Amino acid sequence: MNLEKVIFAFFIVLALTLNFGFFIGDIDDPVHHSVYELFAAIVVSLIATVLKFGDRTHLGAVLLATSLVADLQLIVAAVVWAIAEHVAQSGLTPHLMATIVSLSGGALLANVTSVVLLVAETMAVRR
Amino acid sequence: MHNIVYVLLRRIHVPLIVLICMYAVSILGFVLIPGMDNTGKPWQMGFFHAFYFVSFLGTTIGLGEIPYPFTDAQRLWATASIFGTVIAWLYGIGAALSALQDPTFQLIQKESSFRRAVKRIAEPFYLVCGYGDTGSMLVRALSEAGYRAVVVELDQSRIVALELEDLGLPVPGLCADAAQPDNLILAGLNRPNCIGVIALTNSDDVNLKVAITSKLLNPGVPAIARAESQEVEANMASFGTDEIINPFDTFAGRLALALHSPGIFLLYEWMTAVPHERLREPIFPPRGRWILCGFGRFGKAVHERLQAEGVEVTVIETKPELTGAPANSIVGRGTEARTLKEAGIEHAVGIVAGTNNDSNNLSIIMTARDLNPGLFMVGRQNLHQNDAIFAAAQLDLTMQHGSVIANKIFALITTPLLSDFLRLARAQSNEWANQLVSSIGGISGEEAPQTWVLDITPDASPALCAGIAEDNEVRVSDLYRAPHNRDERLPCIALFIKRGQDEILLPDEDTVLQTGDRLLLCGHFGASQKMEWIAKNHNAFSYLYTGEERAHGSLWKWFTRKT
Repeated sequence: MNLEKVIFAFFIVLALTLNFGFFIGDIDDPVHHSVYELFAAIVVSLIATVLKFGDRTHLGAVLLATSLVADLQLIVAAVVWAIAEHVAQSGLTPHLMATIVSLSGGALLANVTSVVLLVAETMAVRR
Repeated sequence: MHNIVYVLLRRIHVPLIVLICMYAVSILGFVLIPGMDNTGKPWQMGFFHAFYFVSFLGTTIGLGEIPYPFTDAQRLWATASIFGTVIAWLYGIGAALSALQDPTFQLIQKESSFRRAVKRIAEPFYLVCGYGDTGSMLVRALSEAGYRAVVVELDQSRIVALELEDLGLPVPGLCADAAQPDNLILAGLNRPNCIGVIALTNSDDVNLKVAITSKLLNPGVPAIARAESQEVEANMASFGTDEIINPFDTFAGRLALALHSPGIFLLYEWMTAVPHERLREPIFPPRGRWILCGFGRFGKAVHERLQAEGVEVTVIETKPELTGAPANSIVGRGTEARTLKEAGIEHAVGIVAGTNNDSNNLSIIMTARDLNPGLFMVGRQNLHQNDAIFAAAQLDLTMQHGSVIANKIFALITTPLLSDFLRLARAQSNEWANQLVSSIGGISGEEAPQTWVLDITPDASPALCAGIAEDNEVRVSDLYRAPHNRDERLPCIALFIKRGQDEILLPDEDTVLQTGDRLLLCGHFGASQKMEWIAKNHNAFSYLYTGEERAHGSLWKWFTRKT
């Protein structure tokens, strides 16, 4: 067992689970989507990205790309949320909530890809 | 390029994660700790405000508490966050800076910038291994003549010297062992525009390794190597090294040539000079008994050649039995008057100071001059830094290791026909050479003459070829016409024509040129550019050939044909 691999897999899977937890629920209902969960998802996703830095293999490059996509989607979602709460006069309307959740849905897809690649790599290495 | 980014990213993994975690904990703390607005009502900081506050907390401490003054609990957390984030930042920046300054990282950085510099060279280039005396002279001469070069050198201080030198063309230098094939590949050995590998390091073994590496990895590229011992020379020749240069043999050969036929010697010196070198005065070494100080590799080579010329030589050597000096050698250094007198300096005609120590050589020369001012003095200069004192000593002939090899290689690679010409010239008489030398001296002025090759092929000289194809009898004298006025003569001389297997030495002015001829010319600096007019410009050709300005436009051409 390799501790580095454990930490690596832990963060990648945790990024997916947190993202999924935030995404699930009615798409336009703020009650179903916790802001803390989005925050945790962003932090874990950023850490997962940093962990993927410096891997020169082809798979490493694809993993880094998917992670960057997830970061981008989640950060845009957070920015939309901040604008809705503090800048826009309308407040957090169902429409804006739906935008935030659908952005996190996109990130979810990227995170799923990450996990699939991770699993595929693990299957390939029979050790 | 990729290497650098990856290495840097890998080095700052941990600091980045620490920074992200520190931010996350601080932000979360501010969101969770209850605050109070200015009316005293409880207020909870949102993620937006918390992120904003923490962002400037670590970097610019001193902004106010926003949007409402903090409660004590919030201040407590802010204090903890300040220390946490500042430390995380310092750690991150420190780690990044130390990664940048790390010797391995800098090595990778230098290597990759060298790789890029080599990649950017689009023109043909020479790969020079070793940037000592010889290497630096050769690289300077190549740059001056407009050739690109890449240098591999083991000594960091020599690479710094290369960077400081003002060469006109950028010359990438790598501080690495040339004996390792990887470094040669990095320096562009396998690139299609590498046109020659020149091994000039001070170790025969490294030169051998460079030669064999280049012959195996890129057999089409000519390899030129310096070798100081006969075994290595033979070894290099066995796998097809194109040119092997032994500095001792080369110089001893030159000295013998100077004794034997001073005219041809002068021709050699002029033809193989680097651009803008001052023209060497003719020398006339006297016949008679010579004294040779030092019987090392240099001394042996000189001794052999002088004996072959039938010159009587008295050897002075500190350890005659160790070096295998002739039985009648005088034991001593030669720096003291006693030894020189013992060798019969009063009745000698010349002296060769050939030890491997520059101070001793100069001391021998000074002592000998006191004893017999009429001596012909030849000194061996080992270090290029001693130029000034050797010039002040006013020797008749100075053999400087570096320049002998550098000049020879420069001539070999820049004008390939030159070696053919010099081979033929050696077979000629001294009078022939004297005549040629005086006519070259008349046109070249103060500086050493430039030599160049004119190929009469449709690619290299389209106008000349077209002219010859139209059944015009283009003669050598037509090439001499100056493009601005056909009655003036360019300061140059055709030395040699190679026509298939035939070789024409010093073609006379009426020689008719043919397509496929290769001409070796020599002349004043700048004459070669003027000659390009007749070779490449159709109008210039017809003016110079017929004396008539050719009609340029099609309409005017048609009109002149009618009348």
